Amino acid sequence: MKLHEYQAKELFASVGIPVPRGVVARTPAEASAAYEAVARQCGGGAGFAGNVKAQIHAGGRGKAGGVIKVTSPQEAATQSAGLLGRRLVTKQTGPEGLPVSAVLVDERATIARELYLALTLDRFRARPVVLASQAGGMDIEEVAMTTPSAIVREPIELETGVTEQTCARVAAVFGLRGAQAEACAAIVRAMWRLYESCDASLIEINPLATMQDGRLLAVDAKVTLDDNALFRHQELAAWRDESQEHPLELLASRIGISYVGLDGNIGCLVNGAGLAMATNDIIKLSGGSPANFLDVGGGANVEQVTNAFSIILADARVKAVLVNIFGGIMRCDWIAEGLLKATQRLDVKVPIVVRLQGTNVDEGRALLANAKRLNLISVEGLADAAMRVVELAR
Amino acid sequence: MSVLVGKDTRVIVQGITGQAGAFHTEKMLEYGTQVVGGVTPGKGGAAVHGVPVFNSMQEAVRATRANATIVFVPAKFASAAVLEAIEAALPLIVVITEGIPTLDMLRIRRRLADAPIRLIGPNCPGLITPGACKVGIMPGYIHRPGTVAVLSRSGTLTYDAVHQLTQAGLGQSTCIGIGGDPVLGSSFVHLLPLLEADAQTEAIVLIGEIGGTEEEEAAAYIKAHVTKPVFAFVAGKMAPKEKRMGHAGAIIAGGKGTAAEKLTMLQAAGVKIVESPAAIGETVQACLAKSPAK
Repeated sequence: MKLHEYQAKELFASVGIPVPRGVVARTPAEASAAYEAVARQCGGGAGFAGNVKAQIHAGGRGKAGGVIKVTSPQEAATQSAGLLGRRLVTKQTGPEGLPVSAVLVDERATIARELYLALTLDRFRARPVVLASQAGGMDIEEVAMTTPSAIVREPIELETGVTEQTCARVAAVFGLRGAQAEACAAIVRAMWRLYESCDASLIEINPLATMQDGRLLAVDAKVTLDDNALFRHQELAAWRDESQEHPLELLASRIGISYVGLDGNIGCLVNGAGLAMATNDIIKLSGGSPANFLDVGGGANVEQVTNAFSIILADARVKAVLVNIFGGIMRCDWIAEGLLKATQRLDVKVPIVVRLQGTNVDEGRALLANAKRLNLISVEGLADAAMRVVELAR
Repeated sequence: MSVLVGKDTRVIVQGITGQAGAFHTEKMLEYGTQVVGGVTPGKGGAAVHGVPVFNSMQEAVRATRANATIVFVPAKFASAAVLEAIEAALPLIVVITEGIPTLDMLRIRRRLADAPIRLIGPNCPGLITPGACKVGIMPGYIHRPGTVAVLSRSGTLTYDAVHQLTQAGLGQSTCIGIGGDPVLGSSFVHLLPLLEADAQTEAIVLIGEIGGTEEEEAAAYIKAHVTKPVFAFVAGKMAPKEKRMGHAGAIIAGGKGTAAEKLTMLQAAGVKIVESPAAIGETVQACLAKSPAK
């Protein structure tokens, strides 16, 4: 689960990671008041400058006009009025963008240097890892591609956590000494406390700024939590912002279906994540283009198949559907019955190619054949089924 | 011979009184697996399909001389159950449970680091030595005893591949589902040495998917150490970046873990790439017919 910047910074502040003073606002009037409050806290007079930052679950906001400098309460109100209620399109959001329902009004820091600091899972070593780079403020993926040596990785042992040595190495990467190295160490230790106590999967500070007055400040903050651990963090789970999620993906996730929208016109209904990916692949291999990834889960019963079809067909681009089920514990004849009931209930009009394999496959295919539905085509092999559905979607 | 499980495997089912635990206990018994006991705290003294239930692993192991356990305990409590199994020093722990927090798995991996214990999973279908022993949830009847080993990150896709092999007249030595999570008890590289050393195994089918580096690690290991023919299919060529494709582990993050990258490395290691998921059986059959195993 992704958190907004303002939520991540609230967590940062709670563990002692220094963040710019800021207040979240949901209306222009709130933004104006937020500006005044932040200016007051900073003791700023006439020269005070702040930011209005759109809160969305994606990066690249700066270049997309989602971070705006403001120098008065009125300006904070006008600029936030231009962002709130709109969809912001950045390099990371896709063309449809993400809705802005909150802005963070904060102090504009006078930055000397921009650094990159993150804590995440190193799957290869099965350990958490600290990532540090002098290339802060940039797209870290691009840095990783072009100059991987610019990112230093420090694995963490669970028993010891972040050690003096880890901190010393990170400070060395950043070229920090004395009090700044101390401040940096405190931040790395705090990140580790947060990682463990919140079951985070990513904590990223990009940029971590060294200020002209020597302080270190987390100018941006990105935190992703482990979905599997949300059961033990009810208060954080309540921070979920469903407006940032794809509506169909959200609907699917609520009923135990994994759905990911793609940009083709062939709907897919599959049991099992690996088989669902493989089904997308074989459609592509056959010259077609899948409209979605869909794993209907273990219990492919009438209810679940009906739900899956409603989600698939909510995408108006879908011209044909491929159902690919391997019946293991789930018998193919039950699945065939479910399919017939679901498609009848929903009055599905698009052609449906069904490939069943596994337990009681003959009974399942017989049920489909006897139903004599014109738009329900039962095909034995996966390769043939893919070819057929690609033809039908043309 | 085969690897990890066989006729002598004596299995305990953790979470045996739950719906999935009870159901698959029956299926494993039907397949001929020696399910010797079950554990559900507070339900000791009961029986499930004739299998005695114990309150703790320690009790169960003492009473049954078990040498393997399969875990169906719900995610919230699974990590405690696995730690109990580690404590009981069972050499094989198979974790079916889906949704175990990553941090819990990291802690389990640390506990396993110095122990002679093999953990398969979590979020996996388990493993099977056809005709001898099934410690998992896969449909037993699609398998045939034979010489092709299957290692996979998936569930139903593995069943499909096994079914294709059986249809093509190729039986299997051992099929292992390693699981779909970011942190696994055993990766491909931990299991490949067993298959390379196994006299029964003549060829290996690897079924990977996007995300992580399991396939890349496997490629490096195969290049250096595996003499048997290896075939690979990697699912998720169509997957967009930063989207979790069902499995928590199947995600292209930080620009890494794409199918293309994995396939390039596997191919460079001498692995025969299967492009279509429908062609796994026929590809293995054609290649083995042409050049029988070394």
